[in-house]
Amino acid sequence: MSDTFQLDGASVPFEPGQTVMQAALAAGHYIPHLCYHPEFKPHGSCKLCTVKVGGRTAASCTMPAEVGLNVESNIEEMNGLRRTLVQMLFAEGNHFCPSCEKSGNCMLQALGYDLEVHTAGFRHLYPDRPVDASHPDILLDFNRCILCELCVRASSEVDGKNVFALSGRGITKHLIVNAESGLLKDTDIALTDKAMQVCPVGVILPKRVGFSVPIGKRRYDQRPISAQALDDAPRQADASGSCAACEGTP
Amino acid sequence: MMADNEIHTADLDPILDRYARDPNALLQVLREVQELHGYIHPSAISYISVKLGIPRARIEGVAGFYSFLHLQPHGEYRVLFSDNITDRMQGSQALMEMMCQQLWLQPGRVSEDGLVSINTTSCTGMCDQGLAMLVNGRAITRLTHQRVQEIGHLIRNRTPLADWPADFFRVEDNIRRSGPLLDNTIAPGDVLHAALALGGKDIVEAVKNSGLRGRGGAGFPTGLKWEACRNAPGEAHHVVCNADEGEPGTFKDRVLLTRQADLVFEGMTLCALAVGAQHGYLYLRGEYRYLLEPLQAILQRRRDNTLLGKNILGQPGFDFDIAIHMGAGAYICGEESALIESLEGKRGVPRSRPPFPVTHGYLQQPTAVDNVETFCSAALAIQMGAENYRAIGTAKSSGSKLISVSGDCPRPGIYEYPFGVSVHEVLQDCGAVNTRAVQVSGPSGMCIAESEFDRKLGFEDLPTAGAFMVFDDSRDLFEVARNFVHFFAHESCGFCTPCRVGTSMLKQTMDKIAAGHGTQYDLSEIEHLDQVLQTSSHCGLGRTACNPVLHTLKRFRPAYENRLKSLDFEPAFDLDGALARARQMTGRDDAGAHLKPEDA
Repeated sequence: MSDTFQLDGASVPFEPGQTVMQAALAAGHYIPHLCYHPEFKPHGSCKLCTVKVGGRTAASCTMPAEVGLNVESNIEEMNGLRRTLVQMLFAEGNHFCPSCEKSGNCMLQALGYDLEVHTAGFRHLYPDRPVDASHPDILLDFNRCILCELCVRASSEVDGKNVFALSGRGITKHLIVNAESGLLKDTDIALTDKAMQVCPVGVILPKRVGFSVPIGKRRYDQRPISAQALDDAPRQADASGSCAACEGTP
Repeated sequence: MMADNEIHTADLDPILDRYARDPNALLQVLREVQELHGYIHPSAISYISVKLGIPRARIEGVAGFYSFLHLQPHGEYRVLFSDNITDRMQGSQALMEMMCQQLWLQPGRVSEDGLVSINTTSCTGMCDQGLAMLVNGRAITRLTHQRVQEIGHLIRNRTPLADWPADFFRVEDNIRRSGPLLDNTIAPGDVLHAALALGGKDIVEAVKNSGLRGRGGAGFPTGLKWEACRNAPGEAHHVVCNADEGEPGTFKDRVLLTRQADLVFEGMTLCALAVGAQHGYLYLRGEYRYLLEPLQAILQRRRDNTLLGKNILGQPGFDFDIAIHMGAGAYICGEESALIESLEGKRGVPRSRPPFPVTHGYLQQPTAVDNVETFCSAALAIQMGAENYRAIGTAKSSGSKLISVSGDCPRPGIYEYPFGVSVHEVLQDCGAVNTRAVQVSGPSGMCIAESEFDRKLGFEDLPTAGAFMVFDDSRDLFEVARNFVHFFAHESCGFCTPCRVGTSMLKQTMDKIAAGHGTQYDLSEIEHLDQVLQTSSHCGLGRTACNPVLHTLKRFRPAYENRLKSLDFEPAFDLDGALARARQMTGRDDAGAHLKPEDA
């Protein structure tokens, strides 16, 4: 029998070394997140997964699971915080959902719906972020970047290429590519790269395949993001060879 | 200045060789390239990328993080006016405006001929020197109308910085009150002799018994930190001295590094003996670049006198040396885990904790990071004996503390007091009159009002890293808070959403109130932002970013309310103002080209 902690009143088993988020997702419990991805080391930057533990708050993706923790996630206080963080991300970039190819598949948009974000809440910053359409097969639309660093991590850790990096600081922090010209066409990115698949929003897009699935029939058009926790769970089988997380996958 | 196509990459080899082509030295390499070329050219990045084996995008990312590194040409002369509130109170904005007019340029822009750029920078740690600026990274103090004009002429005549009058660069120590630390008569090596007699374990015990707590602000017991580091398993332990004195209004480490550098290094060596380290680093803030050569000379003298290097004081196996690492303009690197990232040549982003630096610090090895004053105080405690040291100060705050006094007082400078001194007493000693408020421990600390001046500096009441900014009754505390809010927005590392965006939103709200568009709604927005920053920020910068506003709102609410409109909500933009561009384009400025007041 493995150790457990409490999440919103439910008992969640965990393996040594797992974080609260990893254990929760593996057990089919959803905690909102953007920069966390089950195949990568937790990053802890978006702070959407902030939970309350014994009166204090912490990012659940980086917080080590411990026996007896009492974790509160799906409470108004935390959801209110998440609503504000989503509003901040919408106000920080230039997000025009109706014309975005990622609409319906976008985690930021899906979280907006799920958390009932009705307005931006803040004055928009309207940053000037020109797109990079230099590459024959791939478009970079920096306007939608939420700086989660998933593409940076995927390109470096999986593809072994380091196509992406972050530069600048504070509100001027931005995504850059690995070329003296600063253009994607001069990097060694390929359509088959992991970095092509991990963007939770619509920054990195393959060209000429837009809208192949119509809006309305896309992932988060079908079911809210919170109902798809199992799809995002870690896929590693446990020691006995069974993979509880995989069973719920469509 | 280098034209776009004439970077000689061969110039870079001596720099790369000096750092043994060590990828961890990336920031040091970039800083030297910046000094050599005036900016970091794309081809230089590509060259460094090949030589150090670091992806070029990552190098660009590091260069883009630090304020003093430039990826585009920034002028042969790069002028940065110190922009702390104490600078503004002395008229720094007017001086900067005058200099811009004199040299025909706009702040933040490079002049058409590529000669000069003028901008502001966060507090340069010269608040007791009158107004200050940095020119190509060198501090110039006691700015007056006349001095700024002279500087303008020197720039126009392209006089090399080395030929500017030496008096421009003079930095006074301004020690106004001394105590056991500043009065010490310890000779180099004295403490180490005493320490060798004790041995590592007993040094830790003595520092624990002295009650010494970290002087950088957080106040963690130094002995416990050293013990944890000593007991942590690792291949190599490290000692790091945090001299990234970035908290606006603080300059005590500058004075310690000028007057007591031997004691700083002695404290670091003592720590090395206690934790079992062979390598030490002094992380010196970029603004104190002028201290680099003198400090290196002192390190060399200590090596020559067997106080550093192999077999220190003839003790076999007691090996320890210190390297100086320069910062490049990033307040966040004062946070110990961000400082370690920066030491490793990376962007100064605070790490997720746990693990803590005492077990996983520099290069993931056990690392003791302490403030300059902490190392000095530890050395002093060993020299005096733990009991004697503990007898100074109060029960929970033993020893003395250096206070950096600036702002509205006739005698700004360094004051050493035993812990437990009242705010009132400091004000009296520095000659301050009609004081309305004191900012204790900088923007991330506390703003207190007259009714609280009997409060005492110390961990029991008002913990402080040393800043003590005085504001008299002519000052507007709203503008003080607004300056600090701009500071935090500028210095946010941008890693986490709440701090990256939240500090900008807070700045926007304060600017909206300053522009006369503020309402009650905006005050409640500030409280909401504070909640978000407090509960979800990655590090202390975000968690304390709202403090200046909350503290002044609580004590000086009229300073805010006088600016508010009575409406519940008021848009931040000016509708009529939005038509200005259209009026300019059409050449119209008649009544019909303006919104009627009731429409606007």
